[in-house]
Amino acid sequence: MTAILDFLAAIGRGVGLACRVAGQLAVFALSGLSHLLRPPFYGRMFLRSLVEIGYFSLPVVALTAVFTGMVLALQSYTGFARFSAEGAIASIVVLSVTRELGPVLAGLMVAGRVGAAMAAEIGTMRVTDQIDALTTLSTNPMKYLVAPRLLAGIVALPLLVLIADILGVMGGYIIGTFKLGFNGATYLRNTLDFVQTQDVVSGLAKAAVFGFLITLLGCFQGYNSRGGAQGVGAATTAAVVAASILILGFDYVLTEAFFAR
Amino acid sequence: MRAEPALTALQERLAEAGAVPKIRIRGLKKRFGDKVVLDGIDLDVMPGTSLVVIGGSGSGKSVLLKCILGLITPDAGSIAIDGHDVLHLRRRERETVRARIGMLFQNGALFDSLPVWQNVSFGLLAQHKIDRKRARATADDFLRQVGLDPSVGDLSPAELSGGMQKRVALARAIAAQPDIMFFDEPTTGLDPIMGAVIDDLIVDCVKRLGSTAVAITHDIASARRIGDRAAMLHKGHIIWDGPASALMNSGNPMVDQFTHGSRNGPIQMELRR
Repeated sequence: MTAILDFLAAIGRGVGLACRVAGQLAVFALSGLSHLLRPPFYGRMFLRSLVEIGYFSLPVVALTAVFTGMVLALQSYTGFARFSAEGAIASIVVLSVTRELGPVLAGLMVAGRVGAAMAAEIGTMRVTDQIDALTTLSTNPMKYLVAPRLLAGIVALPLLVLIADILGVMGGYIIGTFKLGFNGATYLRNTLDFVQTQDVVSGLAKAAVFGFLITLLGCFQGYNSRGGAQGVGAATTAAVVAASILILGFDYVLTEAFFAR
Repeated sequence: MRAEPALTALQERLAEAGAVPKIRIRGLKKRFGDKVVLDGIDLDVMPGTSLVVIGGSGSGKSVLLKCILGLITPDAGSIAIDGHDVLHLRRRERETVRARIGMLFQNGALFDSLPVWQNVSFGLLAQHKIDRKRARATADDFLRQVGLDPSVGDLSPAELSGGMQKRVALARAIAAQPDIMFFDEPTTGLDPIMGAVIDDLIVDCVKRLGSTAVAITHDIASARRIGDRAAMLHKGHIIWDGPASALMNSGNPMVDQFTHGSRNGPIQMELRR
């Protein structure tokens, strides 16, 4: 009986902790967003974050997109050839990339690169009293550190995904025309005929949400890190893991919202 | 054992004149879980004077400072600056009070993503009080005041020695010309000569600005150089309060044991829980 009660108590503690963290995260997110609307605004911090998230993530996102498009074309061909449906490859590639793979893979890549760096930077600032120093210099850390990063994430991810969409389709085109022997003009026409505005826009909307989640988790974990280098390391890991899981979870929710009949 | 006020001549004159303490702390309490850190602190700091709070490691000195700065919310008690209770101010009013306070952190707490000159002029730039060109000139001026060449302004904080980082942090603390200054272990990690240099700079800056200063330290030589008055914090209480010049022969056995660094005496080292 005692063992059962201990087991239930452990579950209760876990659920309680999860609820507390969820509540703290929600308050943190609302606070960060509210500072986007109230002056002073730190444009220089926003631009710095935009370059850090957007420009410096471009190589890894571009490589991921190109190879994803290439693999998708190859895999589709080997599968569809069994049903003599090779002509659908262009549409499969463009729909998969714009609706799903572009935003999700770009989000996961940026979560690993930017979310970790953000948590480490803010976490180090926390454990070395730099955040307290901001407060004593009459600068609100939420306004100076968090709000510009949130906005940069929301703006940068759709731009990255737009580029990833183009490069992903290009990857499919390269394999389709140079390896599988499709006519280049026909491949492009099939691509453009099948893609609709909603496919691209839904992907970009997902990207904006993912950008917000990545920067939110990076800032939240860093801001609340404790206990020196070990605490910063734990915050970094937690930021990447939590952002990755939330990206996949929100991907389903958003897909349901955009495309469920 | 409670405080036995032994005010300096200046303190007495100010008190007799009915001057309001720059900082008045009453019944301040703070605990973390079971650990009682501050247990009813009463302390006054008169305008234009320097108070040094001494005490062992983990005695709550930093918590006391952070409570005054508003970085930690105390469980009970009041903190008044110029007669206004800062614990119940609105956010904007609290920021106005903070703008009048300069703080030197123990490890400098310089922003490592910014060059030295932007660290020094951070408060002015962040509040959009001046443009970047004037901020650079202002930073150069304050770097000179703490004995650094303006060319240091282009370096990153990581490229500076510990002593130089402390000077830059001091320049940042005085850049907004605050009328209250806090110093958290200003000489920790410095060699004795550099420690004395930093202390002299602190005294010079405080006098020049006419500021009220509160420093916490366990460096007795530093405490005697910086402070007009000293108070000792032990087990959450102020156990002694008097002129800094009397630190070495205070008449209080705990203070005497602490200042002489003796193992034998009423203060016993406790194993931390």
